[in-house]
Amino acid sequence: MPTLDIDNLGASYGGNTVLRGVTMALRTGEVMSLIGPSGSGKSTLLRVLVGLLVPDHGRVVVDGAPVNYANKQSVRALRERCAIVFQQYNLFQNMNVLENVAVTPVRIRKRPRREVEAEAMALLARVGLGDKIRSYPDELSGGQQQRVAIARALALKPEFLFLDEITAALDPELVSDVLDVIRGLANDGMTMLIVSHEMAFVREISDRVVFMADGLVVETGTPTEIFDHPQMPRTRDFVGKILRH
Amino acid sequence: MLSRLLAESPRFFTIYTAEFLLQAALTTLALSAGGCLVGLVLGFGIAVLRRTRGLAWLPARIVAIGFSELFRRIPFLVNLFLVFYATQVAGLEAPVFAIAMVSVCLIASAYLAEIGRAGLDSVHPNQWDSAAVCNFTAWQTLRLVVIPQAWKVILPPAFGFFLLFIKDSALASQIGLLELTYAGRNLNNRGFMPLLSFGSILLLYFALSYPLTLLGRRLEARLANARHR
Amino acid sequence: MDYRFHFGQIFTSLPFLMGGALLSLEIAVLAFFGGMVIGTAGAAAVTLGSPALRRIARAYIVFFTNTPQLVQIFFLFFVLPDAGIVLDPLQAVLLGMTLNAGAYLTEIQRAGFTSVRQTELDAAAVLGMSTWQSIRYVILPHVVRTLFAPLSNHFILMVLGTSMAAVFGVDELTGRAYSINAETFRSLEVFSVTAILYVLITIAASMVLALAGRALFRVRMKFV
Repeated sequence: MPTLDIDNLGASYGGNTVLRGVTMALRTGEVMSLIGPSGSGKSTLLRVLVGLLVPDHGRVVVDGAPVNYANKQSVRALRERCAIVFQQYNLFQNMNVLENVAVTPVRIRKRPRREVEAEAMALLARVGLGDKIRSYPDELSGGQQQRVAIARALALKPEFLFLDEITAALDPELVSDVLDVIRGLANDGMTMLIVSHEMAFVREISDRVVFMADGLVVETGTPTEIFDHPQMPRTRDFVGKILRH
Repeated sequence: MLSRLLAESPRFFTIYTAEFLLQAALTTLALSAGGCLVGLVLGFGIAVLRRTRGLAWLPARIVAIGFSELFRRIPFLVNLFLVFYATQVAGLEAPVFAIAMVSVCLIASAYLAEIGRAGLDSVHPNQWDSAAVCNFTAWQTLRLVVIPQAWKVILPPAFGFFLLFIKDSALASQIGLLELTYAGRNLNNRGFMPLLSFGSILLLYFALSYPLTLLGRRLEARLANARHR
Repeated sequence: MDYRFHFGQIFTSLPFLMGGALLSLEIAVLAFFGGMVIGTAGAAAVTLGSPALRRIARAYIVFFTNTPQLVQIFFLFFVLPDAGIVLDPLQAVLLGMTLNAGAYLTEIQRAGFTSVRQTELDAAAVLGMSTWQSIRYVILPHVVRTLFAPLSNHFILMVLGTSMAAVFGVDELTGRAYSINAETFRSLEVFSVTAILYVLITIAASMVLALAGRALFRVRMKFV
């Protein structure tokens, strides 16, 4: 049963301390959302988890085995098990949709191209892009690109899926298509850690919600606990502002 | 002057002169093209080294930066003599073409490293992030993601540099390489009037460079329009 | 390889070499400003001139940018005497470099002319500026800021290009390196020191240009 334990994790970015000791645990099949004001360290936490930023202190333990972020092999092993979708989609601009989804399984994990491409087409059909497999990223709308990015992440068959404000850069009318895909994944039991500003969506989809501020976890609870009965003043303040707005 | 031109022309415009000049023009072209091709590869390598991170790569970064900053500030003529005398001191019996080629490669690498750097900068940092989380190695990231995007930005100015070098390679005549300029001096020394000797090689340089300039312009326009690959 | 470096004689002739470096800079400065005069006229001709004038200006650019500067100077030095015009080496080099620079600087300045956007001129007109005022306060600052970096780069290339004056016996930096080499036969040492001097004078020139650009025109440029 895969679990992801984050213990007193700290990280800094360009001399600024962004994470001051974050502790939380993600269990299998669980959807956990991170909310909080901008600059609270939510996205940084995801970057640290996938090894794009080396933590200053603390531990990340996957299935009881701590990840050594200073060690290439350890980080590679971690990345075999997780996938991340970025706010700016980050699709490979030189590859068409199908290549974007298939490149890692084929070229990095050395799986047979035929098999991978069949899977990739199924995934692309699932995110509603079965007719766009030969298109290039710059020919697609933001919402379509983001759905390709999700398909690319799913093609890695991740045990943990991290979503970093995946609707923040999208035009409002494109958001719902992307969120529908995530809803489907949640129903299938995908383990997800989601950073999002779509509060209604967070409330609907999450098993647990973590409220972060200033690089620390302020409060953790079910959506009802966090949104309706926040215990901490900062949570109350934040939730109050959102609900009024 | 005109009468001398008329008098010398039949003796000048012969198959022999044509062959001599054609051979020299090919040497000019081979020197520039070969040097720039090698320079493109080495220069890109230097640009990549400049982008490395971490203390372990610091010496490589210093060498890469020092090399490209230094060799862009030494005149080609001085560089030629440096390579020429360095091979002498090392006791190598190198043909002048090889010496000139090494010199062109050194300078071309230094300049093309700057062009390569601009090419690397044109690739969005998030492409590196994506490749990293998909477990691409540095080499796989370059080969599968970065180079396919950067080459469109690198090629036009690199081609421009090649065009510059067709002309700058004239200085290789100073270490005795029989390229176009040396051929011109040679004809002049054989008694042909300067107008014929230097006029003809000016025209030959033009005939070499101008069509390539037009080709470069078309290439640039095509690449600007092409969106993929 | 049992070669031993002997820098002694080279160091005693360092002042001699540095005097040559000064001449190199002088040649570059003179040719650059001559080239700027031609370049400004050329850019005006190409952008504003009559069709005939444009064609002449274009032919000039195309010819000079597609043939080697060295051969252009050979031509001036060896062919013009047959037409009764005798130039001494320095004059031939200066004239050749100026004409060559004129062609390249025309190209650079034309890019600056065409970078002035109509919207800026419209904005100036809306603010009630006269033609002269819009040239003084809108066009000129914009053009200078766009052109300063490429012009500076070309100047550095010209400093390096002055070394070909040595081919004609001008005793600038490379020319003086030739003569020390002929006297001492310490070739590698002579040309190493010469190379370092070129590196130093071009770095100095880059720094002066960057500072001047910053102080006079508020152009942001990196030093090296």
